[in-house]
Amino acid sequence: MFSEIRRNPLLILFFIFGMLIVVYIIAALSNMLYSQLVLHPGDFINVIKDPDVLKSIWLTLYTSFIATAIGVILGIPLAYILARYEFYGKDIIEAIVDIPIIIPHTVAGIALFSLLMKRGVVGVAFSKLGIVFQDNMWGIVMAMFFVSCPFFVGTAREGFKSVNPNLESVARTLGASQWKSFYQIALPLTSRHIFSGAIMSWARGISEFGAIIIIAYYPMIASTMILARFNTNGLLGSQPIAVLLIIICFITFVALRLVSKRGRRI
Amino acid sequence: MIHIKNLSNNWGDFTLKNISLDIKESEYFVILGPTGAGKTLLLEIIAGLYFPKEGKVMINGNDVTFTSPENRGLGFVYQDYALFPHLNVKKNIEYGLKLRKVPEDKREEKISELVKMLKINHLLHRNTETLSGGEKQKVALARALAINPKIILMDEPFSALDENTKSKLILDMKELHKTEGITFVHVTHSQEEAILLADRIGIMMKGTIVQVGNPDEIFYKPVTKEIAQFVKIENIWEGKVTNKKEDEMIVEVNGNKIVALSDHFKVGQDVRLIIRPEDIILGKGDTSARNNFKGKITSVIKHGFYYIIRIDCGFEVEAAVTKQSIENLNIREGKDINIFFKATALQVIKR
Repeated sequence: MFSEIRRNPLLILFFIFGMLIVVYIIAALSNMLYSQLVLHPGDFINVIKDPDVLKSIWLTLYTSFIATAIGVILGIPLAYILARYEFYGKDIIEAIVDIPIIIPHTVAGIALFSLLMKRGVVGVAFSKLGIVFQDNMWGIVMAMFFVSCPFFVGTAREGFKSVNPNLESVARTLGASQWKSFYQIALPLTSRHIFSGAIMSWARGISEFGAIIIIAYYPMIASTMILARFNTNGLLGSQPIAVLLIIICFITFVALRLVSKRGRRI
Repeated sequence: MIHIKNLSNNWGDFTLKNISLDIKESEYFVILGPTGAGKTLLLEIIAGLYFPKEGKVMINGNDVTFTSPENRGLGFVYQDYALFPHLNVKKNIEYGLKLRKVPEDKREEKISELVKMLKINHLLHRNTETLSGGEKQKVALARALAINPKIILMDEPFSALDENTKSKLILDMKELHKTEGITFVHVTHSQEEAILLADRIGIMMKGTIVQVGNPDEIFYKPVTKEIAQFVKIENIWEGKVTNKKEDEMIVEVNGNKIVALSDHFKVGQDVRLIIRPEDIILGKGDTSARNNFKGKITSVIKHGFYYIIRIDCGFEVEAAVTKQSIENLNIREGKDINIFFKATALQVIKR
């Protein structure tokens, strides 16, 4: 690639444009990390010791995990159907699944709130079962699930599409039931897509904010905590939390990527 | 063994129309036809992967029309081999045995028997993605054979292979068919495969079976113009029966009188005469053959190890001759030549 650049002016141009994106992302993050960890390490250490902050980060990570788990369980069958079958209205279903990606997050928040609030259509039914969404952990989970499931379904669908349907047919002729040919053949061959779709869904859930504050300002997830501290204490109060969240997410995703790369070898 | 009755189906772009077919036990049956004829769909319906809209599929006297594939016990080999990429060669072959809960020692026994027969012992622990096309084909076959099927269905099994691998595998298949006594149903568009392997051939065109017969019947006596064209017979002459005796008749083609066996045709009937280019004999002088015509050579084309000669005798004739004949008869474009052929070599069909 690099030896080619010298002889290809177009590649040089593309390279410069491409690097601008990369540099922009790195600049924003490294500037923050540098000013926090090098210039103001004391504030950062205080934040690490703050139980409220740690609680909010933990809450963010595990509510997003639950949202992703729901997305995986409900999303795999949907992804499989969308990948394998042609039927009337399939385009419409695919478009519907993508809606959460395109609508503004606060809009999603309002929609979910009116559905899930204590007086909402679904909220009423669930409150009889003792599950409350409004200002509750389950509200956070539902908001995260709403915005993150399209990422999982999309990735898993591409995964199932990449599996040759003849493999399942052969398995059937060899004696596998429909269920067995699915979980012994199609599912393991899609495991990488499912894994990376789940990572994306989890990351999307962690980053959600707009929809969550409307349905559940409390208990505070990390993003809400950052905003609250920014409003009261400014940059000095909020940046350490942001830095801690970034570090935790970064380490987790790198670790997961490594695991999934390893899995590929087997 | 396999009995298909009035089968019809609509599946996306492919339509099957009123197919009836009988495949005998231990027979090597080839379903031959152009791409898009619906051959694969027919095979998948026999396997139970799709259910037909109308008609019946019987195997060994049992109606299996709506039996799921896992309960039919047929082997299936796909064109793309469809080896499970997450399992190695051994586990691929073993898959059906494990589903049948065959104990490990019996599995090992069966696998070693199969790999010995197909000469793939050395591949047993390989990753399937590192195999060559021919090796993949053998693994797919071993996997299908592992469950002791009475019938093996094969969808274009050799079409992704190079010529030499293909020839070798065809010989192996013949051997396998002879020793194992399994019924094979083999779908292909290759006439070469059909000639080399088939006990009987079913010609499939536009979603239906148009002719069933042994290779000689199919390649020498096609029953329609379309089949004749598909089996690469250019000599299709349109004429009219002008005279009829006990066992022979005269067909007039562009004013030329051709003698053919009479069969059930009537005087005045419009017919087509079909004859393979190999059955046209070229010569210099007069001969005693009654179908004897003079013509001018319009083209000489090299076609592998033989030549295709086109002759204008008042009707277009195509002949296939060896290099030897070209030299002996001094065949060149523009030269006059005599052609003759036997009345018995002619296939007559109505039009």
